[in-house]
Amino acid sequence: MSKTQDERGRAARRGQPFLDEPEAKPFWASLREHRLTAQRCSSCKKKFNFPPQALCPHCLASDYEWVTLSGRGKVYSCVTYHRPWHPAYQDKVPYNVSLIDLDEGARIVSNVVDCPPDEVRIGMAVEVVYEDLPEYTLPKFRPVKSA
Amino acid sequence: MTNLSGKCAIVGIGETTVGKRPDATTNSLHLEAIKACLEDAGIKASQVDGLLTNQPLNDSHRSYAVKLAHMAGIDPVFATDLALGGATPIAMVQHAAMAIESGMATTVMCVHARKRATPDPTPGHPIRRGDEHWEEPWGHFAAAGGHAFAAQRHMYEFGTKSEDLAHIAVSTRKHASLNKNATLRKPITIADHQQSRMIVAPLHLLDCSLESDGGGAVLVTSVERARDFPKRPVAILGMGQHHPHFSLLDAPTLTTLGGKKSSEMAYRMAGLRPKDMDFAEIYDCFTITALITLEDYGFCAKGEGKDFVKDGRIGIGGELPLNTHGGLLSQAHLEGALHVTEAVKQLRGNEVEPERQVANAKVGIVSGHGGSLAMHATLILGAL
Repeated sequence: MSKTQDERGRAARRGQPFLDEPEAKPFWASLREHRLTAQRCSSCKKKFNFPPQALCPHCLASDYEWVTLSGRGKVYSCVTYHRPWHPAYQDKVPYNVSLIDLDEGARIVSNVVDCPPDEVRIGMAVEVVYEDLPEYTLPKFRPVKSA
Repeated sequence: MTNLSGKCAIVGIGETTVGKRPDATTNSLHLEAIKACLEDAGIKASQVDGLLTNQPLNDSHRSYAVKLAHMAGIDPVFATDLALGGATPIAMVQHAAMAIESGMATTVMCVHARKRATPDPTPGHPIRRGDEHWEEPWGHFAAAGGHAFAAQRHMYEFGTKSEDLAHIAVSTRKHASLNKNATLRKPITIADHQQSRMIVAPLHLLDCSLESDGGGAVLVTSVERARDFPKRPVAILGMGQHHPHFSLLDAPTLTTLGGKKSSEMAYRMAGLRPKDMDFAEIYDCFTITALITLEDYGFCAKGEGKDFVKDGRIGIGGELPLNTHGGLLSQAHLEGALHVTEAVKQLRGNEVEPERQVANAKVGIVSGHGGSLAMHATLILGAL
């Protein structure tokens, strides 16, 4: 709503990942190599943390490993954006946004692609695909084709 | 441990006019609400010794509570900005009661205002939630998106339909039509709801709340002092909070939220049960939020909200009048500040348009909800 120059500048940057966030650098670097990874505590190995963070939320240990995930998961919830909140999405509506529960246990916000948005369903099995952009690679998901 | 039930009371309320206030600023709306509240309570600013506010949306105001206090002529011994999103107006009342009971202050102003319908000239940077960079790169931008995820899950788990949510929108609009200080007053039908455009499916436009300019304030003091004020005091009987996750990615479920544990705490403190409530002012940033909260608060079983909201049950004269002022959906979206002032008015018994006064209202429950369906606060209020 604000009209100050500074706020307009910030609004234009909305929508970008923070590639330099220290905890998340390995995540974005792996995606460049088409590997979907998640952080797991080396001490308690309880679950995968997504988004990555400095300490394990279960045991507060600070040593962790990056594990390459299968890239498979299921849709936990799905919605269709009909209104663009950002100029970059003006021509993309209607588009799907889903919460994907990865098989290893982490949840990620992403898009189900290669499927009309109104055909995405809760529980749908999906697998990762990589969208390479000039500055970073986004993990997206497509329905797993039944054999 | 001290039970705070009945120890403090609300003795003043202030509401600004709401809707589009192009000539107002964030500061002026807060001050207008404070002034109205002081007038309602019949006291001077110099008699107030505490001020709480909600962290503004813009970083130009660090320590905003202290700034506001001095702009309003208040010399506070207790002041802070809280930041629980739409749970804040209730959390402020809770913090005020805790401060008063512990002797940190005697008379605390709780004020909240927003300027979102028209541009705010205040310079500064917007304050954001802090985890948007794990959502926005995939086009997930809005509160509507998060609540649409919850609606989709509720539909999947319990068979709730968009038409069920429409009943909340229609009833709430009817109440707004009876409220002179409401933004949208033209009654709507279930068909209007169903035909309104999709915003983020499954949520239609008429599932979504307003963007508003305006403010609200309440004044809290001890029950002993409350008897010296001109208006009928309203006692704080029960309080609770629960914040079960921060990010949607960590939410254990999207169909039971913080309201369950928060209301259980409030009922326990008050020694009351859901059936004791004469009305409910439930946070309705989206229709689905109100539906889930009605279930979490125990007015019906989980999954049965779709039936509970029908047959006039949530209208004036019904079993549980819901959002008697028109709510965030139709009156104004001020993070629920006006849910609190409305509850006080209902319990005073002679301050709202007669057509929307709940008969013999003695006890009411108020909910607040903020963040990514993350934060929740509950207040049970009773007429003294």
